[in-house]
Amino acid sequence: MTSPLEQKKIKITGPHVVTANRTGDGAVIWRTANKGWSVDLADAAIVRNSDAAKALWNEAIADDVGAVGSYVAPVVIDADGTVKPGNLRERIRVSGTTFELPVAV
Amino acid sequence: MYAYDELDRTLVRERVDEFRDQVRRRLSGELTEDEFKSLRLMNGVYLQLHAYMLRVAIPYGTLSSQQMRMLAHVARKYDRGYGHFTTRQNIQYHWIKLEQLPDAMADLASVGVHGIQTSGNCIRNITTDQWAGVAPDEVEDPRVWAELFRQYATLHPEFSFLPRKFKIAVMACEHDRAALRIHDIGVRIYRNGAGESGFEVMVGGGLGRTPFLAKTIKPFVSRRDILSYIEAILRVYNQYGRRDNIYKARIKILVHELGIEKFAQEVEDEWLEMKDGPLAIDEAIVNDIRSRFTYPAYEKLVDNPPELKAAAGDARFEAWRRNSVFHHKVPGYAIVTLSLKEIGKTPGDATAAQMDAIADLADRYSFGEIRVGHEQNLVLPSVARRDLPALWRALDAANLATANVNLISDIIACPGLDYCSLANARSIPIAQEISKRFANPETANLIGRLHINISGCINACGHHHVGHIGILGVEKNGEEFYQITIGGKADEGAQLGALIGPAVPYAQAVDVVEDIVEAYLDLRMRPDELFIDTVKRLGVEPFKERVYATRQ
Amino acid sequence: MPLVSNGQLNADRFVRVADDAPIPADGAVLVTAQRFLDHAAELLARGAEVGVIWPNNRDIGELAPYLGKLAVVALVFPAFKDGRAYSQARILRERLKFRGELRATGQVLRDQFLFMQRAGFDTFEVKKDADAKAFADSLKRYSVFYQPTGDGRVTAFRQRLARMYDDADLMKGAAAS
Repeated sequence: MTSPLEQKKIKITGPHVVTANRTGDGAVIWRTANKGWSVDLADAAIVRNSDAAKALWNEAIADDVGAVGSYVAPVVIDADGTVKPGNLRERIRVSGTTFELPVAV
Repeated sequence: MYAYDELDRTLVRERVDEFRDQVRRRLSGELTEDEFKSLRLMNGVYLQLHAYMLRVAIPYGTLSSQQMRMLAHVARKYDRGYGHFTTRQNIQYHWIKLEQLPDAMADLASVGVHGIQTSGNCIRNITTDQWAGVAPDEVEDPRVWAELFRQYATLHPEFSFLPRKFKIAVMACEHDRAALRIHDIGVRIYRNGAGESGFEVMVGGGLGRTPFLAKTIKPFVSRRDILSYIEAILRVYNQYGRRDNIYKARIKILVHELGIEKFAQEVEDEWLEMKDGPLAIDEAIVNDIRSRFTYPAYEKLVDNPPELKAAAGDARFEAWRRNSVFHHKVPGYAIVTLSLKEIGKTPGDATAAQMDAIADLADRYSFGEIRVGHEQNLVLPSVARRDLPALWRALDAANLATANVNLISDIIACPGLDYCSLANARSIPIAQEISKRFANPETANLIGRLHINISGCINACGHHHVGHIGILGVEKNGEEFYQITIGGKADEGAQLGALIGPAVPYAQAVDVVEDIVEAYLDLRMRPDELFIDTVKRLGVEPFKERVYATRQ
Repeated sequence: MPLVSNGQLNADRFVRVADDAPIPADGAVLVTAQRFLDHAAELLARGAEVGVIWPNNRDIGELAPYLGKLAVVALVFPAFKDGRAYSQARILRERLKFRGELRATGQVLRDQFLFMQRAGFDTFEVKKDADAKAFADSLKRYSVFYQPTGDGRVTAFRQRLARMYDDADLMKGAAAS
């Protein structure tokens, strides 16, 4: 999971989303199709080619007040249409650490 | 323990007010993220995978019990009930909200705690030996100088926008417990042949993509001249350090590219212009700083009191005492390490409940003082030996008495991909698995002193280059792989570890560590030949053969 | 671009002259380093104010022979993160004793005003209007300073020593009476 912070050129194949952290509280968010953000991956706009990804990403980074650190991230789509995170880094962002935290939430 | 005076406290309060205003301007859009990022970093505020992270400074690793209670309070109120102690004697909170940060910082400031310059391209936390002030082998208490340097470095108008981060460490012994040679500046306090107290100054250490060990730039700098000399180094670096490539921007690269002699000459030329200026240190200034350090009122005690003799029959107590208790310069007292390396848990983490327990125990048994080591363990620096059994019982109840200090399960690990947005791979689960495989205390003691360091990316926050066994997480085709080195050392004999072979996938990493350990047990000359000495004697080859014999 | 000098928004009486433009016969001018060095005698002979814009990757010592005659030295922050001009400023003020206007240009933002002023800048080409208006407040953010610079402020170290001596005098006074 090479840090996407080093993302410069956007070249994608397969379904992707644009994700970031919410400025005020750092919550993980995804860019939706209607120019907003959601904390639910299910609401994320899916892009499938480099141009669309670039456009969605540019739209996201224009929202400098609402979101920090936007980047393009892969997803996988199940047979039933469920959108799931597409690599380990994104799985961790969705589900949290891969071990139990010291204090039960 | 240094007590802030009104000036120190005022500055911290003013910093909180400034940051509150900067957060307001960020949330309103007056500041862009690009403009805000440097400012938040200079307050220790990072963005990570799940949330913001706050890195709080614990200057030269010294904490009062009151401050520890406040760290627990912040963990509870603003985070998820725990904190993580780091390899630079700081503490990190991983689930912070930006909008709550000014309040969290105000709470911390009320006890003189802050996150000033724990990140950013400025001078970071000045670190030292976690045994400073109580070690039998030190020349003087290095913390007085660390505090002087800390004040000098805080909000320095000329050096707040350096080419890159700048880390300074201070020691006052021959034996280096602060890893001086992996710092941008390492300062060793000693007495020269004429009995004068002064400093050996080393420059250009640092890990990461291009690791270097620091070289001595000047073997003796007087007490009067040390600040102006450091200023000269920083000014040369600020002007000539590379700014075109963040991987080539540390002072180690400048020292390497110029060569130490040329670099030393540049510094000397600059220093000669400023050495008699206002940074020349008056001994009165040092005495003034020292006057705000309080030292324990030690009693006259014996080393083997009845309480200790009575507890000798308890095997678990004895195992802990032999492992975690160290000699103190005052008879009848001991330095106690609190292992934060519970088997199967995250190295360096402590819950708020544990922090409160430690604060109470510090009050009761250690004159209210706690230390943080770069090995991610804590220390109670001055415990009367008669109190060891009672202390142990309390630590044991709080899961702070795992008798694995300096052993294989005393692992140093960065947060890695589970938390950090710079990471390529996870580090904590590897550490947890290793500790589980070597959980048996007899096995761990059979192996003896063995430092494992794990970093989740090349930034090397886990200091893997200088681990006896170093593990570096990398990414290959979307999978986690681990490069393994052996033979690194962080002390006065510092050296970088050597790669034993190609990176192995996540599923094999811990097996490789087991193979290395088995090879060591077979190859060592005597049971008391340490792992690091066996590697030195035999080199990497025998280990390499063993590990890669069954792997392709 | 708003100019802050003497703590207030002010008009800039200096005109920046491009390298390929002729130097006006009179009026205050700001020229680039190379232009200045190539034509120093001519520029200084005009009898009107001359200022030079000095890049942050060039040795400020080259200006030493001219400092008595320069009205302005403008230093550059190409990005606010690039802090080389802080060192140049301190050398100009504290070592070379430059007494003319020391101007900060480039990406000059509110949160760096106090650092810049401490380093010796007294004039600021400010990027944002709102920051220019906040200039006076920015300088009041801090009242405690640890490092001695040329700004004349008494450092915390010196304040503490002064207190010690005051206490000592008090005690001497008490002992005497």
